[in-house]
Formats: sequence, C-alpha cells, structure tokens
Amino acid sequence: MSTQEAKHTPLEYQTTHGQMNILGFWIFLAAEVVLFSTLFATYAVLFGRTADSPLPSELFGAEIVLIMTFLLLTSSFTCGIAIHNMRQGQVKPLIIWMVITLLLGLGFLGFEIYEFMHYTHEGATLQSSAFWSSFYVLAGTHGLHVTLGIGWATLLIIQIVKRGLTPVTSQKVFIISLYWHFLDVIWIFIFTAVYLIGMVV
Amino acid sequence: MKLSEFFVTGEPLIYAGMVAIVLVTCAIVFLLTYFKRWGWLWREWLTTVDHKKIGIMYILSALAMLFRGGVDALMMRVQLAFPDLNFLNSQHYNEIFTTHGTVMIIFMAMPFLIGLMNIVVPLQIGARDFAFPYVNALSFWSFFFGALLFNISFVIGGSPDAGWTSYTPLAGAALSPGPGQNFYLLGLQLSGIGTLATGINLMVTILKMRAPGMKLFQMPIFTWSTLVTCFIIIFAFPILTVALALMTIDRIFGAQFFTLTGEGMPMLWANLFWMWGHPEVYIVILPAFGIFSEIIATFANKRLFGYKAMVWSMILIAGLSFLVWVHHFFTMGAGAFVNSVFSVSTMLIAVPTGVKIFNWLGTLYKSKIQFTTPMLWSLAFIPSFVIGGVTGVMLGMAAADYQFHNSYFLIAHFHYVLIAGTVFACFAGLEYWYPKMFGHKLNQKLGKLSFWLFVIGFHITFFPQYFLGLDGMPRRLFDTAPEWFTLNFISTIGAFGMGAGFALFVLNIYYSYKTSPREKTGDSWDGRTLEWATPTPIPHYNFATQPTVKELDAFHDMKKRGETTYDESKLKPIHMPNYSGQPFIMMGLLFFSSFALVFEWIILSAVFLVAVLVMMGIHSFDYDDGYHVEVEDIKRTERQLRGLNDEHTGS
Repeated sequence: MSTQEAKHTPLEYQTTHGQMNILGFWIFLAAEVVLFSTLFATYAVLFGRTADSPLPSELFGAEIVLIMTFLLLTSSFTCGIAIHNMRQGQVKPLIIWMVITLLLGLGFLGFEIYEFMHYTHEGATLQSSAFWSSFYVLAGTHGLHVTLGIGWATLLIIQIVKRGLTPVTSQKVFIISLYWHFLDVIWIFIFTAVYLIGMVV
Repeated sequence: MKLSEFFVTGEPLIYAGMVAIVLVTCAIVFLLTYFKRWGWLWREWLTTVDHKKIGIMYILSALAMLFRGGVDALMMRVQLAFPDLNFLNSQHYNEIFTTHGTVMIIFMAMPFLIGLMNIVVPLQIGARDFAFPYVNALSFWSFFFGALLFNISFVIGGSPDAGWTSYTPLAGAALSPGPGQNFYLLGLQLSGIGTLATGINLMVTILKMRAPGMKLFQMPIFTWSTLVTCFIIIFAFPILTVALALMTIDRIFGAQFFTLTGEGMPMLWANLFWMWGHPEVYIVILPAFGIFSEIIATFANKRLFGYKAMVWSMILIAGLSFLVWVHHFFTMGAGAFVNSVFSVSTMLIAVPTGVKIFNWLGTLYKSKIQFTTPMLWSLAFIPSFVIGGVTGVMLGMAAADYQFHNSYFLIAHFHYVLIAGTVFACFAGLEYWYPKMFGHKLNQKLGKLSFWLFVIGFHITFFPQYFLGLDGMPRRLFDTAPEWFTLNFISTIGAFGMGAGFALFVLNIYYSYKTSPREKTGDSWDGRTLEWATPTPIPHYNFATQPTVKELDAFHDMKKRGETTYDESKLKPIHMPNYSGQPFIMMGLLFFSSFALVFEWIILSAVFLVAVLVMMGIHSFDYDDGYHVEVEDIKRTERQLRGLNDEHTGS
C-alpha cells in the first residue's frame, strides 16, 4: 500500500485481517437480520392471540417508549461521534463519547426493565398468552443484545485505554459501532411494528 | 432427582449400550495412557486451529455418527422385518426413529461435508488457512459437544421421541414431559452455533483469500458449491436458532408459542422448522453436487461441461430452496391457492437440477472414463438420484401428495436423494481426497467391494419402500401388518447389505493404512485443481508460494506450463496462527451449561454460561498475533517433501 493510500485508508481497514474481520461481521449482521425477521414474523402471526390476558392497547403507553427511543437513538449518534474521533486519532474524546453511549444504553435498559415489570404486574407475563410470549421474546432478545453490547464495549474501552489506537483496537471499536447502530435499526422496527401498532389496535 | 431417573433403566439393549460405552472409554483411556499420548492428543488435536486437522476430526466424528445412526436404522429394520415382532417396543421405536433422523442429518451429513470443505476449500483456492482459524476450532467443538449432548440422551435422561421434525404439540411440555426433548433442542442449538460460524468463516475465506488472479468464475466447482451453501447456512440457520429457542422457552419457562393453551399455534413450529429444514436439505446436497462434479471431471479427464450453467443452477437452487417449505405439509390445509404456489415452486427446482444432470452426462460423453472407486460412487449417483428426484416431483403435486403424505413412499423418496446424493458423495469425496489427507490411497479392490455391497443394498432397501408406501404403509409405524411382510423383509435384507458395505469401508481404512503404497507426489489422480498442487503430506502452511491463477482448472494449467507452488526465489516468511486450548474449554463449558438446562437446573446452567462469557472476555484481551514460519524452515520442509537436492533448487 502506498503512503498516499495509507493516509486515506482508515486504521481499521489497513490490515487484511482487519478487513476480513469487518466483512465477517457484516455477514454476521445479515444472519442477525434473519434472526430478528423470524422473531418479527412470529410476533405478527401471534398478534392478537392474547387469550384472557390484557390487550396491548391497554398497557402500551407512549411516554416510556418515547423516552427509550430517544435514549437509544441518541446513543447511536454519540457512537457515531466516537468513531469520528477515532478516525481522527483522538483517543480521549473517543473514550468519553463511548462512555456516554454506554450510559445512554444503560438508561434504555433501565426503562425496559421497568416497563417489563410494569406489564408483568398488570397480568401480562411470558406465560399468559401466545401474544405476550412473542412480545417478551422479541423485545427481550433486543434487550439482551443491548446488554451484551454494553459488556463487550466496556471491555474494548479498557483495551483502548491500555493500548491506544492500533489497527487491531480500532477495528474492534469499529465493529462494535456497527453492532450498536444495528441494534438501533432493530429498535426502530420494534417501536413501529410493536408499540405504535399495538397502541392503536 | 433419583439416580434411577437420571440414568435410563429397564431396557436390555440400552444396558448393552452402556456397557459398550464404558468399555470403549476405558480402552481409549488405557491406550492413551499406555502409549503416553495424552500430551500429543492435547497439543496436536484438541488445541489445533489447522483447517486440515479440524477437517479430519469432523470426518472422524461424522463416521462415528454414521455408525450410530446406522445401528439405529438396522434396529428399526429388524423390528419391521416380521409382523408382530417384539424386538423394540413402541416407545423405544419412537426414540430410535427420532435419533436416527436427527443424527444422520445434523451430526452425520453436515459435519461430514463441512469436514471435507475444511480440508479442501482453502487448498482449492490457494489459501493458507481459514479467514478465522480460531473461530473454526470453536465451530468444530460446538458441533462435537452438541453431538455429544444429543447422543448421551439414550443412557442419561432418555432420548427424544417426537420425530426428527419434533412437531408440536406432541413435542411440547404437556405431551412430552421430561428431559428427552430438551436434549434435542439444546443439542441442535449448541451445534447450530458452529454451523453458522463455519458458514460465515468459509464465506469470508472464499471471498477474500483466493490466490492472486483467481476470479469468482475461475473457482473450482466444489468451492462454488461451498460458497452457495454458506449463503444458505447464513440465511437459514438463524431461523432454526429462533425456532429451537422458542420451543425451549415454551418447555422450560412456560411460554405459549406452540401450545394448545393460551392461543398458541402448533403449526407455527412446522412452518419455522421447514423454513430452515428445506434449505437444510440443500445445505447437504449442494456440496455433494460439487464433489461429484470434481470427481467426474477428474476421471473423465475433461474440463467440466457447462461450468457456468453448473454454477448458475446452484445459485438458482439456493434461491428456490427458501420458497418451497410448505410442500412438507400440504395436508395442513392451507387452501388450494397456497398449495398450488408451493407446488409450482417445488417443481421449478427440478429444472436447474436437471441442467446439472445433463452437464454431468455431457462431461462423461465421449470421454475416457477411469473407473476408480470415487468415480464408481459418482456414476451410481446419477441414475439413483434421478429416481429420487422424479419421485420428488410426484410428491410435489399437492393433490397427489394427499395420498403419498406420511407414507413409505416419502421415506423411499428422501432416502433416495439423501443417500444417493449426500452419503454417496461423502464416501466418494473421502476416497478421492484421502491420499491428500493421509498420504496413501484407500485400497481399490476393497473399496469397490464395499461400493457394490452398499449400492446394491441401498436399492434393495429403499426401492421396495416406494411400493410399501403405495400399498398404504404409513411411516413411523412400529408394528407392520402381514400383507406388507414380503417387501419389508426384502428391505431389511438390503439394509444389512448396506451395513456390510459400511463395515468393509471402515475395515478398508485400517487395511490401507497397513498395506497401501505411500504417495510419492502430491498429485494422486492427475488432478485439475490447486489442492493437488501441494506436496503430500501437506505442509502446515499449505503453499510455500501462492500460485497465480489464470484460468479455470488452475493446476491443470500450471502443469502444462511446468509451474509448481514452490518457487524458491519468491519465498517469504509465512504468518501462521498459534494453537489454542480456549475453543475446547469454552465449548466444554457451554456443553455443561446446556446439559444443566436439559434437566432444568437453571442456576447451574447460568453459572456455566457466566463462565463461558468470562472465557470470551479473556479471549478479547488476548492479543496473540501468531508466529512466522521462516524462509529456511520452508526450504527445508519443501525440499524434503518434494525430494529435491540442493542442486535442483534454482527454479
């Protein structure tokens, strides 16, 4: 690679290994799309099959879900800023924005747990009907992904602190940013297909 | 839980199985200790990330699973040979047809083919390993422990008994209580992780690591079949992951997805299962097509006829494979329109498949055929598979399917495509690439004898079953009626012929190890593709210098030009990954977590799961960058393998 090219190629793409990891992760995300599509399809098929448990329109409220959406969308934005800083080789802002991203993610999780507890309290549990089973598994799988993402990103922040920006560390951070944006996209679909539709039907 | 509930009790056949397991385990432990091979086992095999060794482990495990699934089959055939025979009771029979199907598809066919892909694909594209060697080891151990978890069910806890398709509500907690069905769910889930990871791994390997100059449409056909298979794996396996997870949550945590209560929907399972399950049958047949294509081209001494049409038909089959799943349950009653759509899409698959058949025939046409054992398997495949395919089209007619559904006609059909397709290909591929793996060929005489026994046995077993089906014998029946006696008896005789063929095949492995002449060159069959350009045994870095590819059948081309994969003037240090014990330990922990979940010991399961996460964290901090093989080492290895003196090295 000529020096001219090297200057313009981001650090994470500079080694073949980095390129292959990133491509592999894109393919993994394709598999994740199939996984979530299957969960969405299951939810759509079981929609309305509430047996004698509460209807979604009785429980879904706009406030909490809007706050959650705001938190997660903002976290995607701050994650983008972090990557922007990484591309400019600034370690400190990168870490700060990543920490902010994770705090927003934690906030999202907190509200989701509160929301689940609230529904359970109202009599809509994983066990109460096919509809609620599919709701908890769809939203829960997303929540589980966010949880794992927070744990994973925390490990990466420690590695950045220890090692600074290298082709390997920047490739790892870039990959988790892809993952984080992907979770944001999934949430937009959950927000629309589950909450907005569930509130009016 | 009492110990007598933990272990399966009361069945003499299972007691015999337990004794056999204990004896074999003792024998292995004794041999490893006596020959002081524990360290060797750990250093060379359990920690390996070398694709060739991982491939061999896949194939060995698959052969063991073929034995297990085969014994299941023989027991079923014995029970069905005579009416009112009480060799197996109905419960035991249910368990055995369930494990037979699951073992053969998930733990035999797929790992056998993935094993061959592991060994062959990097060599065919001129690569030095997989894109992610560490992940490759993880994949293997996830398969291995998944298979282990599923297989121990017959002595611990009891086997699943709801069929390999595990339809709900039968497979749900209400009608199938106990750990049996959980073994199915978690065994498949565990090994599914590895399959998905292998799909991604091989796809990146093929897309990014081809030798310089090799365009996509210059790749060997087996590599193409692997690439298309990876595509199917990546888009089909997550569906199975979800389906298994939903049923697990149903059974263990009381959700209502597939239940009869809470407005659950049992047929949703059948849809999800076959949305994965139909692509799955193409996951096991497309690589088989690739293997046959390689073998037929090699032993017809010709370039594969219609290479591009072969590739495009595979891509078409892969696309269509996602659009036919409803034909597995036309009788569900989805209505005339839905059934018609799926009927048409099903029959469409016959078109690209027919194109492939004619291309194989075109390759053979006016060629000088060498009748080696791998070639015999390939030649037997063509007519046998056509019979399976034609009866498949018959089953695809929705109206007619109401007659064939769940009868032995169906059983005969899918054994005709899966055995004549996949199993023949596994044998053919193993015999074909055997010299590359082990440095000597399998004995041809014994090989041919086992071929004839197996193929004739196969037709005697399954051809009568078409007529049993037309006579109305339903599948999964443990007790036959007298009017079906003759055909059933003939079928059982054939099954023992297949068993004898397999036994001879295994015997041949030992016999050839003792007697076959060792390979002197790497090019055992006058091959056309790059795997034959490496010396035998293959150095761990595969290629000393990466060849530059100019056309299809790259090695054929190189031989004409007098090039090799060893050009001393171009040697550079080669980067290789280090071996690691982490994949084995990580998947071992996941095995214990799954095992605990089978018995619904939730806390124990969670503890092991946390241990797995800790292992993943440890790996994240591991910046092991591998090592370099120095030029001097490469020179020494290659000179020795290629029988070169110091004078002859100027090339």
